[in-house]
Amino acid sequence: MLDKLIYYFQYPFVRYALIVGVLIALCSSLLGVTLVLKRFSFIGDGLSHVAFGAMAVASVLNLTDQMVLVLPVTMVSAILLLRAGQNTRIKGDAAIAMISVGALAIGYLLMNIFSTSSNLSGDVCSTLFGSTSILTLRQSEVWVCVVLSCIVMVVFVLFYNKIFAVTFDESFAQAVGTKVNFYNLLLAVIIAVIIVLAMNLVGSLLISALVIFPALSAMRLFRSFLSVTICSAVLSVICAVTGILISILAGTPVGSTIVAIDILAFFLFTLMGKLAGVE
Amino acid sequence: MAEITCRGLTLGYENIRLVTDLNFEVNQGDYLCIVGENGSGKSTLMRTLLSLQSPLDGEIVLGDGLKATEIGYLPQQTIVQRDFPASVREIVLSGCQSKKGFHPFYSKTDKDRARENMARLDIDKLSRRCYRELSGGQQQRVLLARALCATERLLLLDEPVSGLDPRVTEEMYQLIKQLNDEGITIIMISHDIGASLKYASHILHIGGGDVFFGKKEDYLKSSAGKEYAGYDRNDL
Repeated sequence: MLDKLIYYFQYPFVRYALIVGVLIALCSSLLGVTLVLKRFSFIGDGLSHVAFGAMAVASVLNLTDQMVLVLPVTMVSAILLLRAGQNTRIKGDAAIAMISVGALAIGYLLMNIFSTSSNLSGDVCSTLFGSTSILTLRQSEVWVCVVLSCIVMVVFVLFYNKIFAVTFDESFAQAVGTKVNFYNLLLAVIIAVIIVLAMNLVGSLLISALVIFPALSAMRLFRSFLSVTICSAVLSVICAVTGILISILAGTPVGSTIVAIDILAFFLFTLMGKLAGVE
Repeated sequence: MAEITCRGLTLGYENIRLVTDLNFEVNQGDYLCIVGENGSGKSTLMRTLLSLQSPLDGEIVLGDGLKATEIGYLPQQTIVQRDFPASVREIVLSGCQSKKGFHPFYSKTDKDRARENMARLDIDKLSRRCYRELSGGQQQRVLLARALCATERLLLLDEPVSGLDPRVTEEMYQLIKQLNDEGITIIMISHDIGASLKYASHILHIGGGDVFFGKKEDYLKSSAGKEYAGYDRNDL
């Protein structure tokens, strides 16, 4: 088994996949805690569908670098969705559902009508479930991913205390002069970046899993914001690495393998939480 | 000059006017209770004082060197907070935010301040505990400590005793009284007219077309006061 792994690691695309996988897992889990606690778990899902739609448009337009279109579109949607969520909860919910299925349908429609590829269902499947795209990364894409992830991490660490305050109690934070709207905007932008990055790893349908599972697992066992955040980051990275290695050895699709490991970890943590008597 | 002066304030949202032409002022060391029926605009008034929303008409003038960010706030609990994984220390410390601007981390002074306020409210032994595991009274103390980290001048309390049992309610009132005696101005929304009359120095009664603002003693002689405070006496 080890021989097989060493054999595979001679190939640069396997190393790229591992690097990108770890970075994406780390970034998505950092924001996951805040999203889950702010009751925004589904925003990731909605945004990933928007990103799918944008990607379809980009491939129809034959853009060489799809990021140029996908990233800004997703960011704008993220900002709009967070705005809608502020008014009333139901409106926000409905807005997410609407945008998410709408983008999905239009995306598929466009790909179907203007298809340039001979294997349409294969293309759609890999965009939705990310089955192969992580293994076909170019070096430039890896660099983009590294840079964006580093920015996300630095921003998160710098604004950690503000993010905590805004997540725990928006009204109080605003009353004592924290610029709540600015931080909500910042969160929206970061979420969009993570979603677009994560599309490479797990495809647009499975991104939410990457965002919410580590956070939920960590919340079973830990009781302070800092420990939950650290635990969910570590757990997410471990699950991603395990998932990627298994998928290489067993030839399973990368995205769904990682999510399966995340689910296993969730049940494990729930059990441990019960045993430790936290809940 | 008064710390807060409200002139001709009209409150509400969109096209619903809850309160019109409200005038009152709060001086340093006052203990003001805002009473009135449900839906009379008490919470809207509080949100307006905190500049979370703007008045439809009129103005709020801050005086005595009070800055808008020097108003500490004890909000009613939200659903999000009920199962929030955060330690007491993390929450209290987050009250120090107001003075930080864009500075990312807490200094030693902030941490000392948080520790002092936890000791002041007798929750220093809970500092490592998780917020969601505490009793209702303890949670209120945590939020009060956070508000004290934000300010030493003025506290706005939104129904601080709702959902607490009688003994803890009394403790909470004693605590607020003690803070008031230390010179902190208190503005409190309350349904508990008995306690309001016992502890407050001033009463603001809004809603029902009847607005009263003045000293507690005068309130008891006013028509609104006779009627409203009367309910309570009959209950006893």
